Amino acid sequence: MATRRPSDKYVVRKEYNEPIEAPDLTIKSWLRWLWRQLTSMKTALWLLLLLAAAAVPGSIYPQRSADPNGVVLYFRNNPELAKWLDRFQLFDVYSSSWFSAIYLLLFISLIGCVLPRIGVHYKALVSDPPAAPTNLSRLPEYKKVEIARADLSPAIEFFKERKYKVAVVGNEIRAEKGFLRESGNLLFHVSLVGVLIAVGLGGALNYSGQRVLVEGETFVNNEAGYDTLSPGLLFDTKNLTPFSLRLDQFSTTYDIRNPSNYAKPLDFRAKVSYTLQGKTDNALIRVNEPLQIPNAKIYLTGNGFAPDIVVRDVDGNITFSGPVVFLPQDSNMTSLGVIKVPDAPKQFGMMAFFYPTVGKLKTGAFTSVYPALVSPLLSMNVFVGQLGLEDGLNTNVFELNTHAMKQVAGGKSGTKAIQLQPGQIKQLPDGLGSVEFRGVKRFASLDITYNPMELWVLIFAILTLTGLIIMLITPRRRLWVKKTASSVEVAALAKSKDQALGKIVSEVAKAIKKKNK
Amino acid sequence: MNSTVILNPELATFSRILVLGALTIYSVAFLVLTWSLTKKAAEGKKNKSANRLEKIGLFLMGFGVLIHFVGVLTRGIAAQRVPWANMYEFSITGSFIVTFIYLVATFFKDIKYIATFVSGFVVLIIGSANTLFYVQVESLMPALQDYWLVIHVSVAILGTAFFMIAAALAAILILKSGKRKFKLLKAFPAVEKLEKLSYQFNIIGFILWTFTLIAGAIWADKAWHRFWGWDTKEVWTFIIWTIYAAYLHATTTRGWEGKKAAWLTLIGFTAILFNFTVVNLFFKGLHVYSGL
Repeated sequence: MATRRPSDKYVVRKEYNEPIEAPDLTIKSWLRWLWRQLTSMKTALWLLLLLAAAAVPGSIYPQRSADPNGVVLYFRNNPELAKWLDRFQLFDVYSSSWFSAIYLLLFISLIGCVLPRIGVHYKALVSDPPAAPTNLSRLPEYKKVEIARADLSPAIEFFKERKYKVAVVGNEIRAEKGFLRESGNLLFHVSLVGVLIAVGLGGALNYSGQRVLVEGETFVNNEAGYDTLSPGLLFDTKNLTPFSLRLDQFSTTYDIRNPSNYAKPLDFRAKVSYTLQGKTDNALIRVNEPLQIPNAKIYLTGNGFAPDIVVRDVDGNITFSGPVVFLPQDSNMTSLGVIKVPDAPKQFGMMAFFYPTVGKLKTGAFTSVYPALVSPLLSMNVFVGQLGLEDGLNTNVFELNTHAMKQVAGGKSGTKAIQLQPGQIKQLPDGLGSVEFRGVKRFASLDITYNPMELWVLIFAILTLTGLIIMLITPRRRLWVKKTASSVEVAALAKSKDQALGKIVSEVAKAIKKKNK
Repeated sequence: MNSTVILNPELATFSRILVLGALTIYSVAFLVLTWSLTKKAAEGKKNKSANRLEKIGLFLMGFGVLIHFVGVLTRGIAAQRVPWANMYEFSITGSFIVTFIYLVATFFKDIKYIATFVSGFVVLIIGSANTLFYVQVESLMPALQDYWLVIHVSVAILGTAFFMIAAALAAILILKSGKRKFKLLKAFPAVEKLEKLSYQFNIIGFILWTFTLIAGAIWADKAWHRFWGWDTKEVWTFIIWTIYAAYLHATTTRGWEGKKAAWLTLIGFTAILFNFTVVNLFFKGLHVYSGL
């Protein structure tokens, strides 16, 4: 067994050769013992497996970072269980104390292991290959040739031709090759630390925000311009790059040619114009094609319809006017929106469905049968009563809390829901006035993000891969040729599973035999 | 860019027939190869008729892979894009790459004895793809319309192929170093050799997997406005990477080489299969491209 596993004996640590000391139970020795344990390969192995296992629950339970709505839903469906899961940070696995503890220990172990190896490797690079072990025949590859007073020059030539580092000491040739293996290994591990630091710093220095923009609207890049903004711990929102961006036009393409693929989205395009440092430019933002400007990237993440609605009271005074963002409910863009009219003499609200291409279900209910505008219809249910905007109730623009309100149109109210095609005006019931459906605009959901460390993460990731490739394809070999009075011994040792080792030893032996015939 | 896509359902049906043809040939190859293995176990590795059977089996696999290739190619032409945008396509392309890489590797490495495993695995994959995952050709959703689809997914498939071969070798290693000495195990080489070979396939797989992970992050930064967000698929790609990293450490850790490292190889490959099946079908996430 001992000869089967040369790699373990390859770099013999100095400590192993020191005489075993009597147990010394001081704090210092305990700490040293602990450190040695932590930086050992076996610990790294266990920590890696632990990290893999610890990552699993984050794919089973919804995570606040990736799926916040899923977490809310989980709490609603299993309130008791959710409370306990939350106590163990199972909705925030990747920022949890236990997950962090594992990867931090892993990285401490990595640094503790790699740092001393850099010194050792440097020494190996500048010094001669080490002396041959006393008993060469115990090495994994070994050949003995019976030649008296042999000439070893062909072996030296053989090594030099193949760019081995060679030292001749007395009757012994020492050769070594493949230092790049350890260089690659160190580059890999150091770059991993680089990735971790860059990711960590990036998390503190970045920001990301969302904004829904209707055609014709302009977004200004400051805190007030966002619907939601989540800056990193160290990002000052005063440092947002001053620019403005107008959504000129949003267009879509859906498939109508292929029956099997009918109504599938083919393309989304947001035509925008943006002003940066006094200069205005046009740009096209698509999925997979964000707009990049200094210190900000603007992504297209969603879209939908915004019916343009005007409400007038009985005297003809405008009490509400403008496009309203409707949220898509299905792939054919059946959309749901809420219109609140707090400025009317009698407060009321409307919950409306918008169908870009209206069709009827078997039940008689409307649905959209195609996601683009072919035969649009707006259908509104009207509710009268206090909206409660002042009390902080009903502040979500996409929700109408109808609890304390009375339905006067649609549903079971006895009056039909108000149905409008673009351009139509209809009277509202209950003396509420009239509503006009002026037309349909489109909206785009934009994500604006910036991470100054992104490039560094990429650089370190590429270095990691480079180190990995170098390390895994370079074999490291040590060979020794030893001359005695009557024979020549050739032996070799490799750091990894090296299939060519035996062949090299035979070749060296053959070269020596040939010369000494 | 994709507003004028014209799909070809007839060609897709033809492609499906070709893939089923390949499936049939692989099934026959599997039977012949199993027969060859049992013969080797009974009458020694040098047995002439056993070796002839092995040759026939491998030849059948080669014939199957040709037809399989045309099947994959026509699927791509029918859909007017790379044939790996949903689970069915990923399965047929993946199984093609696995077989192709394996057959090419038999010329360089002594791994003919795992042909039974490879053909059996491929039969399972194509069979379930055809019955469970089949979908008609569809266009690409805007999020997938990017050249990274070509790079990221093809390298992931390639990595999976190498991991698969390493896992087959590791499985034999575990059986061979177990207490019960099945007669069939005589048909395989020594544990040390299996260990070295498995290691060589695993390291290539690991390099490709690392690349997949980085390429995925670059693409995610373009399509999803962040390079990493612990999406379920990202989580499992990370888990797989970590398991194989542990494997690499195991191969140089005393007490962990050999059998224990082989177990890690199997755990890693199981995680890959889990990532492709359970995560695709039942876990919520952004990689919802199964098409089902």
